[in-house]
Amino acid sequence: MLSVRNLIDTTSLTADDITQILDTAQSFAEVNSRAIKKVPALRGRTIVNLFLEPSTRTRSSFELAEKRLSADSLNMSGSTSSVVKGESLADTIQTIAAMNVDMFVCRAKFAGTPHLITENTDARVINAGDGKHQHPTQALLDLYTIRENFGHLDGLKVAIVGDLLHSRVVGSLAPALRTMGAEVTLVGPPTFQVMDPAWFGCEQTADFDSVIPDVDVIYMLRVQLERMEGAAIPSRREYNRLFGLDTVRASHMKEGAIVCHPGPMNRGMEIMPEVADAPYAKILDQVSAGVAVRMAAMYLLLGGEDNDLA
Amino acid sequence: MTLLKGAHLHDPQVAIDDVADIRIDGERIVEVGEDLVACDGEESIDCTGCDLVPGLVDMHVHFRDPGYEYKETIETGCRAATKGGFTDVATMPNTDPVCDTGTGVRYQIDRSKAAGLARVHPIGALTRGEKGEALAEIGDMVMEGAAAFSDDGHGVQSAGMMRCCMDYVSQFDRVAIAHCEDESITAGGLVNEGTCSTRLGMFGWPAAGEELEVSRDIDLVRLTGCALHVAHISTERSLDLVRSAKAEGLPVTCEVTPLHLFLTEDDITDTYDTNLKVNPPLRTPHDAAALREGVCDGSIDCIVTDHAPHAAHEKDCEFEIASFGSIGLETSLGLMLTNLVLPGKLSWDQLVSLMCVSPRRLLRMQPVTLAVGSSADLTVIDPSIGYVVSDGLFESRSHNSAFLGTHLTGAARDVFVAGKRTLMDGVVA
Ligand SMILES: [Zn+2]
Repeated sequence: MLSVRNLIDTTSLTADDITQILDTAQSFAEVNSRAIKKVPALRGRTIVNLFLEPSTRTRSSFELAEKRLSADSLNMSGSTSSVVKGESLADTIQTIAAMNVDMFVCRAKFAGTPHLITENTDARVINAGDGKHQHPTQALLDLYTIRENFGHLDGLKVAIVGDLLHSRVVGSLAPALRTMGAEVTLVGPPTFQVMDPAWFGCEQTADFDSVIPDVDVIYMLRVQLERMEGAAIPSRREYNRLFGLDTVRASHMKEGAIVCHPGPMNRGMEIMPEVADAPYAKILDQVSAGVAVRMAAMYLLLGGEDNDLA
Repeated sequence: MTLLKGAHLHDPQVAIDDVADIRIDGERIVEVGEDLVACDGEESIDCTGCDLVPGLVDMHVHFRDPGYEYKETIETGCRAATKGGFTDVATMPNTDPVCDTGTGVRYQIDRSKAAGLARVHPIGALTRGEKGEALAEIGDMVMEGAAAFSDDGHGVQSAGMMRCCMDYVSQFDRVAIAHCEDESITAGGLVNEGTCSTRLGMFGWPAAGEELEVSRDIDLVRLTGCALHVAHISTERSLDLVRSAKAEGLPVTCEVTPLHLFLTEDDITDTYDTNLKVNPPLRTPHDAAALREGVCDGSIDCIVTDHAPHAAHEKDCEFEIASFGSIGLETSLGLMLTNLVLPGKLSWDQLVSLMCVSPRRLLRMQPVTLAVGSSADLTVIDPSIGYVVSDGLFESRSHNSAFLGTHLTGAARDVFVAGKRTLMDGVVA
């Protein structure tokens, strides 16, 4: 069993929790490779996908995970929920919870929304991304992908590169990697750096080139294009030149090193197409891992061994 | 006539620090001495074990009236002030409409007189609508009784406009109060920039956002000669800037809230308690310690609450969209007593300077002392009463206190405003 009731952030997960989720995900990955990709593990359970901020990719991944576990799911988005009609989030959650649902999967614009949900329901809650705070299942699928590739996590060196300040990936991935014994370096222009990298247990630098030969994993972050021509970055061109991963930079990577990206990619911006499609880029592996990891998280939070995993 | 017997009187203005009795007749103190005997028909109140100080003043509160009476009205605000031991409060002008005319000033004074509890001293806006674009009718407001001027809630963003405000105010005997916040730096900021903003995944409100404007406004004091009072300072550097301005002999003063003295960014946990969302944000333990030192060494002039009432639905929501602010009138004295006075870090005389003498001076009010002839504005404090801050404590219409659950020792027991008893054994008249 996990040591947590809800999956709100990776900072409350122990190394045992993370290992348990990744191991369970491994058995679900096997299910996902079958012709009939469905197990009765969560039959009769009701899961609400509350997406207060649109996200096609994360939402599809959760929905698929729920279907493959035979759970019943209800999809609510910001535009259809009463949250936008002036009802408070607390009211909305209490109303839905009164219909006896077992779990909320919540994607939110604001940091802390998933925690607020836990205060208004006894149902389990999974944070599917809250503002600039955390996106724990993304971090777990990243760990899964990296572990599949290297067979372990401890001792690995990872660089997370790009718009660190606005990224919920950094907030959840960096602490989770540290918990598992990996070393993390944050790389980005000073206008995109986090204020207190030490809190994540990380080093932080603006010198991408000096970091590349040293790391096992280069994790490229998506740059929000709307932040591009603003005050933080002079131009796409300059960003690409300083922080884009192209074949020249990739040629300096360590033997066996891999490239990850949470998607969707801006090809030609933070990552060049030739790199994105190279064998050392594990971006599609990350997407596949997402379904298995989310199945594992939901399964373990909703009772784990009490359910039958066929 | 009323006789207050056996309290320990504290008033550095007249060098009293002793157990004595006080006789009130009408609006004034008529006798101070030992073993005064009650006359026929005179009410005698036993104050043994209590401390007695000139009536407390909070020069920075928000009463939301007019415009947001569902959060607080002048009447409920005055009840909260009375409960907290205050005889006088100064209200910030960010109501709706903004208090930027003589009529707005007059409205508040009339309303507070009708409530008949604490006196309200309206602070007028520096600029029309607090928009930072054009001067408000400052002269008109002075004539109607405005105590000071401020665009609190916002920093005046343009240095040129702030210069204009200070130039204009300098013709009246009034202080300009600055809410120091450079919005080009603090935009979107919700908590202190640093560990807290990183940990919680929210935009930071950096210390420099405040310090830059403190520094700028002190420079403008040199240019305009206007008296400047820096509102709710929150960082060590802001305090140091005020210290050196004072050392230079400039007419610069400052205030601090119990929020910034006794809470830090570390108190905002993963539960995202919205009552701890205040502006300026809670800073580091290092800043809070520096501010407490500034209170004890006299560098900080006043304790204010920045009493900022908000309805439950404005706080029972996501931290990022919750309103900024905490109420404070009912906990201010208790927090000061519990944390500083009773442990012996701050003397009673210092407390009287911070909460009675300096705010009256800055608001250009008549001094109040514990001497014969002074207006009988008095606060009787029971330093032994212990309680937990909870909903039941509040007279305020809103209950958004950052100190809910805190154990305190010491509270106002009785308050007299011009001889009239407005708080009786902890109960508002
Ligand atoms: Zn303010």
